Amino acid sequence: MQVPARFEYERASSVPHALALLERYGPESRVIAGGHSLIPMMKLRLARPDVLIDINGLEELSFLGVEDDVLVIGALVRHAQFLADPAVGRYFPIFHDAERVIADPVVRNRGTVGGSLCQADPSEDLSAAFAAVRATAVIQGPGGVREVPIRRFHRGPYETAVEPGELLVRLRVPIRPGAASAYEKVERRAGDWPVAAAGAQLRLDGGVIAEAGIGLTAVGAEHFAAPEAEEYLAGKAPGAEAFAEAGRIAAANCAPRADQRGPAAYKRHLAGELVRRALTRAAGRAAEGTAQGAGDRTGDRRGEG
Amino acid sequence: MTAETTDTTANATDTTATDTETGATATPMGFGRMHRKEDARFIRGRGNYVDDVRLPGMLHGAILRSPHAHARILSVDASAAEAHPGVKAVITGETLAGMDLAWMPTLSGDVQAVLATDKVRFQGQEVAFVVAEDPYTARDALELIEVDYEPLEPVIDARRALDEGAPVIRDDVEGRTGNHIFDWEAGDREQTDAIFERAEVTVAQDMLYPRVHPAPLETCGAVADFDRVTGKLTVWCPTQAPHAHRTLYALVAGLPEHKIRVISPDVGGGFGGKVGIYPGYVCAIVGSIATGRPVKWMEDRSENLMSTAFARDYHMRGEIAATRDGKVLAIRVKVLADHGAFNGTAQPTKFPAGFFGVFTGSYDIRAAHCEVTGVHTNKAPGGVAYACSFRITEAVYLVERMMDVLACELDADPAELRMKNLIRPERFPYTSPTGWEYDSGDYPRALRLALDMVEYDKLRAEQAERRRDGGPLLGIGISFFTEAVGAGPRKHMDILGLGMADGAELRVHPTGKAVLRVSCQSQGQGHETTFAQIVAAELGVSPDDVEVVHGDTDQTPFGLGTYGSRSTPVSGAATAIVARKVRERARLVAAAMLEASPDDLEWSVSEAGGRWSVQGSAEHGRTIQEIAMAAHSNLELPEGVEGHLDAVTVYNPPNLTYPFGAYVCVVDVDPGTGQVKVRRFVAVDDCGVRINPMIVEGQIHGGLADGIGMALMQLMAFDEDGNHLGASFMDYLLPTSMECPSWELGETVTPSPHHPVGAKGVGESATVGSPAAVVNAVLDALRPYGVRHADMPLTPANVWSALQGTPIRTDLAVT
Ligand SMILES: Cc1cc2nc3c(=O)[nH]c(=O)nc-3n(C[C@H](O)[C@H](O)[C@H](O)COP(=O)(O)OP(=O)(O)OC[C@H]3O[C@@H](n4cnc5c(N)ncnc54)[C@H](O)[C@@H]3O)c2cc1C
Repeated sequence: MQVPARFEYERASSVPHALALLERYGPESRVIAGGHSLIPMMKLRLARPDVLIDINGLEELSFLGVEDDVLVIGALVRHAQFLADPAVGRYFPIFHDAERVIADPVVRNRGTVGGSLCQADPSEDLSAAFAAVRATAVIQGPGGVREVPIRRFHRGPYETAVEPGELLVRLRVPIRPGAASAYEKVERRAGDWPVAAAGAQLRLDGGVIAEAGIGLTAVGAEHFAAPEAEEYLAGKAPGAEAFAEAGRIAAANCAPRADQRGPAAYKRHLAGELVRRALTRAAGRAAEGTAQGAGDRTGDRRGEG
Repeated sequence: MTAETTDTTANATDTTATDTETGATATPMGFGRMHRKEDARFIRGRGNYVDDVRLPGMLHGAILRSPHAHARILSVDASAAEAHPGVKAVITGETLAGMDLAWMPTLSGDVQAVLATDKVRFQGQEVAFVVAEDPYTARDALELIEVDYEPLEPVIDARRALDEGAPVIRDDVEGRTGNHIFDWEAGDREQTDAIFERAEVTVAQDMLYPRVHPAPLETCGAVADFDRVTGKLTVWCPTQAPHAHRTLYALVAGLPEHKIRVISPDVGGGFGGKVGIYPGYVCAIVGSIATGRPVKWMEDRSENLMSTAFARDYHMRGEIAATRDGKVLAIRVKVLADHGAFNGTAQPTKFPAGFFGVFTGSYDIRAAHCEVTGVHTNKAPGGVAYACSFRITEAVYLVERMMDVLACELDADPAELRMKNLIRPERFPYTSPTGWEYDSGDYPRALRLALDMVEYDKLRAEQAERRRDGGPLLGIGISFFTEAVGAGPRKHMDILGLGMADGAELRVHPTGKAVLRVSCQSQGQGHETTFAQIVAAELGVSPDDVEVVHGDTDQTPFGLGTYGSRSTPVSGAATAIVARKVRERARLVAAAMLEASPDDLEWSVSEAGGRWSVQGSAEHGRTIQEIAMAAHSNLELPEGVEGHLDAVTVYNPPNLTYPFGAYVCVVDVDPGTGQVKVRRFVAVDDCGVRINPMIVEGQIHGGLADGIGMALMQLMAFDEDGNHLGASFMDYLLPTSMECPSWELGETVTPSPHHPVGAKGVGESATVGSPAAVVNAVLDALRPYGVRHADMPLTPANVWSALQGTPIRTDLAVT
């Protein structure tokens, strides 16, 4: 039996209460959401917080819905809830593509979107997906609420813009008319972390690419993004050649490291191949008209806490 | 119904139909597809595993393990841990040395450190043992033990273990100057070499069967309870061989054997990893003796993966000599066997490379020779584990891979090439060039059935089309395996001097209900059902009326345990024979009841049950239940006939049994990512008579999943410092239903001529046979790229690297 070191436990009853607890217990305290990253680390004694502050009961962090052309995702939204939501699937198929291959149903029932981003594992799938769609993170601290573009949220492996004493409260993703997206991942086995994965969003305007968003994970891409490839695509007509070239550019600009999932050369190859595939699939979806349309949006819906 | 009446027509399994081969249906008597008797408790969560054992006053142990692969221990300071509240005892190597228990014998005649005294020799090796009031305190106290290590250069790459100047791992053994353990050979070198010199075609291929781990869901553990008043030691642990454990404890610790009771309760999977004695068991026993209280120790997942018996780790070079038209003439093999830091493989004493000697497989080959060299490395000990039938897994993989390499060289169809070389049915019993006597088989029939089921020609046509028109790569892989299972005979096979024969006891109560006691121990094989079915078939009673007792040395006769697929071939045979003894005794009692001569009675089994009756007048008879009651009554019995209805036996198998099968795997490979998808898997198995076909199929399903795991994802590599890179289920991947196709099973039935019910073992067949089929399929898909071989596991990275011409070395860290 693997057992964590001793710790104290506090249950937060509201966001202000959670913030107050964080302040009271200081840097040796940790927020716990789904616990699917934190508890394994505690059992291996790689993490040894003195106090766990449980935010699982907080309704106000579980909101999932569309507000003013923005998809709003509370930090406590579970993977399973995110995956089951039809509005998410309609506007951002990239999230459903990704969620289908994140972990397994047991982990997805409990793990949260906010926990995934705050864990900031360099192989995290949602980080790449949110980077592709250029989301905004909303962070709340004792001083109030601030917004951070997702591409400035991650500061490095396991490091984010959320300071001690702060909480990630939600993510905001603008719905862009005419945009379509997709996510492609290679894993060694169902439920495994990615060997490499890529997400792409394309907004077409008059037959050319008005804006491309490309996310990459597990290949050492800074901020989980591929800005050089995005720039290359801007103004180009979508097509096999352009997508392949974008893949080549993305592959050349990432910095994968060898591990038991594969040698660096393979991961670099995958970065290119998966960017190409994600772009192709996103473009296919745009052509099929499954792109984000204005008008047909679902109303606000509360998720379960 | 017994084997004598079994006919041997091939048919594809219809999983719901009557089992026509054995003539058995799902009747309450005899063989057939009945539900498992043990499932009721497992499905309801009422199993009783070691971790469920809770005794009054029980303490908890935890093991401190080495972070280094190779280091000298300068000092161990346990004083802070001893002073920690709740800690009852800290046991170190030094403590054990004082009791002469710091080292224990392994199953291969070597010794292994229980707790390290001089050096640590693999990462995860046991260094100290804490006994505390609860498991949390025990774990906390581990962090308070200070060990001063002087790191030494480790030997990680087995291929460098024999290099001049390589660090000597086993300097505990006097006079040891290197890491060489043994050389072993089989076959005729001269004859083989001579054929190679003249052969029209020869092929050679290096291949690694990587280190894998059985990874049972239940990890290892023990509860030891030493009673200071009675001097009796009771040990609960999930062992596959309770009686062997008891004898070993007696021999090593000097405790009188009748004062030792080993109980193996429900076991959550063994696969070979629970045959040996682990240091934790000994520590729990010493902890109980030291504290006078019961001590429980349960290892966690990482401990299980890092320190308990691994499997395989065979670096092989195979060569085949053949004619240009594809007749295989000779085969030779050189193996470098990585045995880890201690030689602890579990196999019959005379077989240091297990049964690898059957590497000529299912083919009629004139000459063969193999040599195996065992070496030490700074890795965990073990070696024969994971459903491998004592290294037949490696042997089958070698020969089946080589057949495909030859097919590649000759540009021949792998199915035709095999068909041409299979041992013909009329050649049985067949003596192989390395001296094994295959008992029975009809190989071409099994292969033909598998090819028909998979529609081989159609698939080859689809493949040709794909190769022409592009698209994902299609691969078709064949593996034909022959196993040798059910060790003894005791004359040739023993473990540490204990002959591999099994006892059985059968007692029929006055009302006709029976208790069978056997020495082997189920880890999921369903013995409580199949063995009851054997008794039921022999006595004409319902299997529900037969209780099977196993896993407790105080309640069962001596025997060597469950591994190497030996339960049905050995203990199952003992069961049939002890039931026949009881039936013969019943004949004498019935004769007294009927006032007839025993010779005039005949045995019959009908819907109503088994009965002895006077020949020709069936109505003039007595049921087995009536006979049982009479045997316990005041009925006067003839001179020499004891009352009651029971018998004992010890079964010493005259030969191994040789199950076989033909497997075909179909894969789609994405050349852009290297991902492999198993589209179909057809498995035709012949394990002789099937006692319970449902259980047989369950064993095959599990083994096929094992094969997918080993072939495609299981990776237990080590970096240059000896860090274990597969020490959790995040890194060591077990296959899931997502990676497994819907298995397509077929069967032929060729009874074993020497087993009392014609059965052969099946517990390992699919694990042995399937990896080669998967690997052959993937490599068949890659053939247009000129790829002839890549080692398991064929992860996406490895497949892609193979396509680039640089397959990955899977025993070392990926760089
Ligand atoms: C078997 C397994 C397989 C997995 N496979 C994948 C995979 O394929 N791809 C993938 O991307 N992920 C995978 N994961 C990770 C999974 O998605 C986790 O759920 C996720 O990483 C963490 O979410 P959580 O809610 O469980 O976070 P927790 O473990 O509760 O927390 C993680 C970290 O975030 C902090 N935190 C959590 N919420 C907040 C907040 N609102 N504000 C500030 N800090 C916060 C915590 O303090 C902690 O440091 C896997 C996990 C497991 C166990």
